[in-house]
Amino acid sequence: MTDILFYFFSAITVVSALLVVLNRNAVNAAMFLIVCFLGMAALFVLLGAYFLAALQVLVYAGAVVVLFIFIIMLLDVKERKKNSLQPVTAVASILALLLMVGAVYMIFSPRNLNSGEAPAVATGSSLKAYGEQLFTTYLLPMQVTGFLLLIAMIGVIVLSRQVRPVGRGN
Amino acid sequence: MVVGLEHHLAVSGLLFAIGFFGVLLRRNTLVIYMGLELMLNASTLALVAFSRFNGTMDGNVFVFFIITVAAAEVAVGLAIIVALFRKRQTVQVDQLNALRN
Repeated sequence: MTDILFYFFSAITVVSALLVVLNRNAVNAAMFLIVCFLGMAALFVLLGAYFLAALQVLVYAGAVVVLFIFIIMLLDVKERKKNSLQPVTAVASILALLLMVGAVYMIFSPRNLNSGEAPAVATGSSLKAYGEQLFTTYLLPMQVTGFLLLIAMIGVIVLSRQVRPVGRGN
Repeated sequence: MVVGLEHHLAVSGLLFAIGFFGVLLRRNTLVIYMGLELMLNASTLALVAFSRFNGTMDGNVFVFFIITVAAAEVAVGLAIIVALFRKRQTVQVDQLNALRN
């Protein structure tokens, strides 16, 4: 049953990720981004990370995508029809495709990953474990992250201040 | 075939590749940013799968930090895009070539 659910949700996630990338309309792409994040949250639930699944829905599918849609509608950009492919980009894409095929081959070749069965109890399922880790082992990263959020807030305020009556160019 | 670590890693790699192609092939800065988010998400999926199958907590805590940093990054990045749009009236990357030559 879990296996079927895994295949189902990973199919949803991958297909909607493809639609995000291939969609001409930026608003539709953002909508498919929500579907992709929800599928990812479902995968987290299947892995037993309930807290991270909730966080994924709240932060990504909630805040981040809403911010994206807000900016898309604020700027009201038109996608041009012609999308010329430059040679450098084509070469980079082919290289990336080869790398991905190699990575999947490495993952599925035997003797590389000796995963076996997952432990019966998922480590990420209890909220208490997160609290313990965050306030003992990861205390410094936690504080640095809080400081980073403060810096990001100040940075956004500085960036979005109206500097001058803006002219084109200089 | 029972779903194991390999399957999760394959899905994660696939998502990362899709996001990467989005970054490479699209011209709209906002869609490029969505591709970046997809890549971050793919890496979090790999981390969660690793920590589930190894019975440790560290990957989960790391994903917590990644989600926080990603939220901050999106806020700053979108503010930069808005500032850029105010200045140049476009968000297409091939028209933002003021540093060329």
